[in-house]
Amino acid sequence: MARTLLAIYPNSPRRYDEMLTAKGDVRPHWEKFLNHLDSVAPEEMRRRIEFAEQRIQENGVTYNVYADPNGADRPWSLDPLPLIIPPDEWAEVSAAVAQRATLLNAILADLYGEQTLLAEGLLPPALVYGQHGYLWPCRGIKPPGGVWLHHYAVDLARSPNGRWWVIADRTQAPSGAGYALENRLVISRVFPEMFRDLRVQHVADFFRDQLDGLTALAPVEGDEQPHMVLLTPGPYNETYFEHAYLARYLGFPLVEGQDLTVRGDTVYLKTLRGLKRVHVILRRQDDAYCDPLELRGESALGIPGLVNVARAGRVVIANALGSGLLASGALMGFLPAICRHLLGEKLAMPSVATWWCGEKPALDYVKENFDDLVIKPAYPTQMMDPIFGNELKGEARADMLRRIEARPHAYVAQEVINLSQAPTWSRAHERRLLARPVGLRAYAVTTPDGYSVMPGGLARVTTGAGTRIISMQRGGASKDAWVLTNGPVSQFSMLKPSVSVRDLVRAGANLSSRVVENLFWLGRYSERFDDSARMLRVALSRVVVGGGQKTPVVVWAMELARRLGVLPEIGEDTEIKEGSEHELLEAIYDPAQPGGLASNIRSLMWSATHVRERLSLDHWHSLNRLQRDQQAALKVHPTLTEAIAFLDRVLGVSSSLTGFAMDNMTRDDGWRFLIVGRRLERLSFLAMTVAHFLRMPSSRCGGSLEWLLELSDSIITYRSRYSRQPELLPVIDLLVFDDSNPHGVIFQASVLMRYLDRMARELGVNFGEGLAAALDRLHQFDLERLENLEFDSSEDCAPCEELADLLQGLDRAASQLSAALGMRYFTHVGDVSRQTMAV
Amino acid sequence: MTPVRYRVLHETRYDYGSLVSLSQQQLHLSPRVLEWQQVEEQRIDIEPVPTWRRDGRDAFGNPVTWVAFHAPHEMLFIRSMMTVAVTPHLPKVLEDSLPWEEVRDRLAYDATDPLPEDLDATRFLFESPHVRIKHELAAYAADCFPPDRPILVGAKALMAKIFREFTFDPEATTVSTPVLEVLENKRGVCQDFAHLMIACLRAMGLAARYVSGYLLTRPPPGKPRLIGADASHAWVSVYAPGSQQGGSDWVDFDPTNDLLPDTEHITLAFGRDFSDISPLRGIILGGGGTEPDVAVTVVPLDEEEIPEEMLDEPDSEADEA
Repeated sequence: MARTLLAIYPNSPRRYDEMLTAKGDVRPHWEKFLNHLDSVAPEEMRRRIEFAEQRIQENGVTYNVYADPNGADRPWSLDPLPLIIPPDEWAEVSAAVAQRATLLNAILADLYGEQTLLAEGLLPPALVYGQHGYLWPCRGIKPPGGVWLHHYAVDLARSPNGRWWVIADRTQAPSGAGYALENRLVISRVFPEMFRDLRVQHVADFFRDQLDGLTALAPVEGDEQPHMVLLTPGPYNETYFEHAYLARYLGFPLVEGQDLTVRGDTVYLKTLRGLKRVHVILRRQDDAYCDPLELRGESALGIPGLVNVARAGRVVIANALGSGLLASGALMGFLPAICRHLLGEKLAMPSVATWWCGEKPALDYVKENFDDLVIKPAYPTQMMDPIFGNELKGEARADMLRRIEARPHAYVAQEVINLSQAPTWSRAHERRLLARPVGLRAYAVTTPDGYSVMPGGLARVTTGAGTRIISMQRGGASKDAWVLTNGPVSQFSMLKPSVSVRDLVRAGANLSSRVVENLFWLGRYSERFDDSARMLRVALSRVVVGGGQKTPVVVWAMELARRLGVLPEIGEDTEIKEGSEHELLEAIYDPAQPGGLASNIRSLMWSATHVRERLSLDHWHSLNRLQRDQQAALKVHPTLTEAIAFLDRVLGVSSSLTGFAMDNMTRDDGWRFLIVGRRLERLSFLAMTVAHFLRMPSSRCGGSLEWLLELSDSIITYRSRYSRQPELLPVIDLLVFDDSNPHGVIFQASVLMRYLDRMARELGVNFGEGLAAALDRLHQFDLERLENLEFDSSEDCAPCEELADLLQGLDRAASQLSAALGMRYFTHVGDVSRQTMAV
Repeated sequence: MTPVRYRVLHETRYDYGSLVSLSQQQLHLSPRVLEWQQVEEQRIDIEPVPTWRRDGRDAFGNPVTWVAFHAPHEMLFIRSMMTVAVTPHLPKVLEDSLPWEEVRDRLAYDATDPLPEDLDATRFLFESPHVRIKHELAAYAADCFPPDRPILVGAKALMAKIFREFTFDPEATTVSTPVLEVLENKRGVCQDFAHLMIACLRAMGLAARYVSGYLLTRPPPGKPRLIGADASHAWVSVYAPGSQQGGSDWVDFDPTNDLLPDTEHITLAFGRDFSDISPLRGIILGGGGTEPDVAVTVVPLDEEEIPEEMLDEPDSEADEA
């Protein structure tokens, strides 16, 4: 069996192998899977892996190594083969993880309360008072339900004898559970039969437990429903994808610090309809940055006054402020005694052997056994990569030893563990498995009945066979972890929870002002990028038709694009050089060109990223594809034809975006702001296009009217109505006054007025007055004045100027409307709190 | 030992220049009670009237007040007024204190249960936001702590060294100037000298805390006016178990004036460093200028004349300040 698969698979005596016994036999819980793998045809396997990769790419699963709105995110790396764990083994791991979570919670309760651990000498004061992570203002705060640690992650590894060890505790704001969930959704579809036949335990129950646990703790009053939010530091954070993903999955609004505000001892979400009390903050922001009033003052990210709300017991902050303290590896050596003291139990799973250099005997041991140890910082806030003793030679080694000697309490040494190895799929070798060192991050959440542990977790493998550090930041890959069960598999799914009538939530009462602001700009940018793409396509196609000649219509098109800001302004003495193509291509592809297409795509992505949890997956896929296309083109030098094809694709994506917005989004306040943004942008574009057209002398050339129709996507309507060459009067009528043409000025303005009326009814403020007045004046324009006008030959055209003025007035009203909405409803990202200090 | 009674007035005024729509402030402006200090009377007046207020104690036992303003305002005026009585408390003989190494070793962890007062002192033994622990600092303090020297003699030598080698210069530093920069440039104000002395002591493995408070504004006849008297002041307290009569294990040192504080220093609060007990720390939304005007007046109550302005009602005072 499976000989080909295992042909180059090494069985190392130095490591435990997850799949093979020391003798080289396949472990029983791997047999079925390996046989299945053997039976899948190579092309079928290739197809499945492509599916997995595509899914990851399209869902935009990323891990930001260096985050950039323009997309320096690295796609999530996922190996298709799961790490399989048998039921009895998992039962032990799971119980040990739950015990450890219980223990760490008890330690936090002690250290922020009575501090018996210090009084009895069970823990050195240096590891508490010496840590920046010990938040003094939080001393004495008792969180609701006595729970400090609501979610906990622990990095596990297996030593050569097959025993699981704890490598690290994550107690600040543990990441990865969302990635584990996404891995599961992908891999269960890559191996659907195996997933079913092997009876893999589902992970959805874990997230339900998390919800139930937080709900039970929420300090609600009367008949309040618990209002829970997920607090993110924002899109630049390395795991922002996960924040948005979990927020959507759990149904929590995704908020940033400035979305929340403290009044007295209550914290509120700023929504479109006023302040709404928040009961639970699931935080992914480090605790030191959560309240500039009492914690780190220079941080603009936080929520001033939050510590006071916690002090009053009026909010659950998960995890509690100050819990990051326990992520120090230096604590590990003290845990067995503390466990006996606090829980009266033996610590079930050992930690990797750890020496805190702050104790003299430990320091001596570290100096003597330096080669066998890895040196780490004692305090999680210290920035330092692990250092392997045997890799340090000469002066560097002496220097390190001196540093440890000078501040011994700041360092811990750990035994180097030879991680176990697991099979991974090789793309280079068809049908050959490779072996990679593997570690598992397990998760636990608090529930009314104690800690619940996710069956499985996030398995991670190193990049190379010899690599010793597992890190997504360094380019490792992840794996799904399959925990098998002998019992029935729970069929619970978060995607269709049972909801009672009381739980029903109707459209968007809790929209945060920031989300609304970003949706508004998403609307504006999606229209703006459509406009710029259309303009560039029309201009480029004229250049192609003219064979690169500067025909009058090309000159005119370039000038109009300049006036509308799609092409950069030209100073008085700069000659337009021969390269109109070059200039157009730059506007299409170069994001540094303000007003150009690439820069609009970038802005679009930026606002979309900020409301990512509000967009459907398909919506997101389209945006992602758009950006990938544009970035791919940056690397090559596209020809004119390729550029036109690209613009065609862009406009295709644009209309699908419109479709998503119209068909798939809930009609809540946020949606209305998105649509108002779109309408407003299009109204401005159309009004200004026609106004410039009427004023520009260069418009007086054959072909410009047709161009104008194409630009406003109205050429088909025109032809079907008039079946003749475009003339000024019918073109203006269609583009300005015809209230049935969705690409007409009056049509856009009227639709916009309808939304504003609706908003005025619901939110009680009327913003439409200026626009209504400008619209009235436009309606009074007498179209007959354009009759029998020889536009092409008339240099001086009074009615044209007059109409242009009216259109420009409408554009002005639109800008004022945009500013007024912003003043009333938006968060104003630039308007941040400041610290003041007096002595 | 007769206590000396004082009336202290500490006024802070912000003129923001434009509207502040939301403001939250944390006040460490109420004096704490000590073995040698009684608080007879104390009150804080605030203009405009805060929307919300809470009084409590911080993690170090200091009185603290939090206030919030939810209505737009252009200025903030806070006046803390207190009457305190300070009893003489100088340690009798510095030479009788424990050798400094003995104190250091008592504070080091040895896996047994520590004495409660030693454990208490370890809160002031490690790095804190304004106090780094670096070998340069230990090196600077080394000659003040030769083997077996009584800890208070060593601390006094360190204080004298700082006073001798450093220049008082309000222009040289800000509240966020790092202590190593102060060490290098040899200039600063009372906060800097206090932080520096604390950092040196902690680098030697000793516990030291930061004390904020006030000095007598007008010196008694024939005595020089002390530096830092026109604003709030800061000095250092050193853990020297058993060396004080009357129970306290801590002895104060003022490196800005090279003296051991006695009845002319009034204590407001103590913490690990300035950041724990900044007199007035806030977060505002809006506003223009954020430089406060601060005025401190300290008057001994047994003096015949009490200055006119200290008898005024707070309201009329607010308009003038």
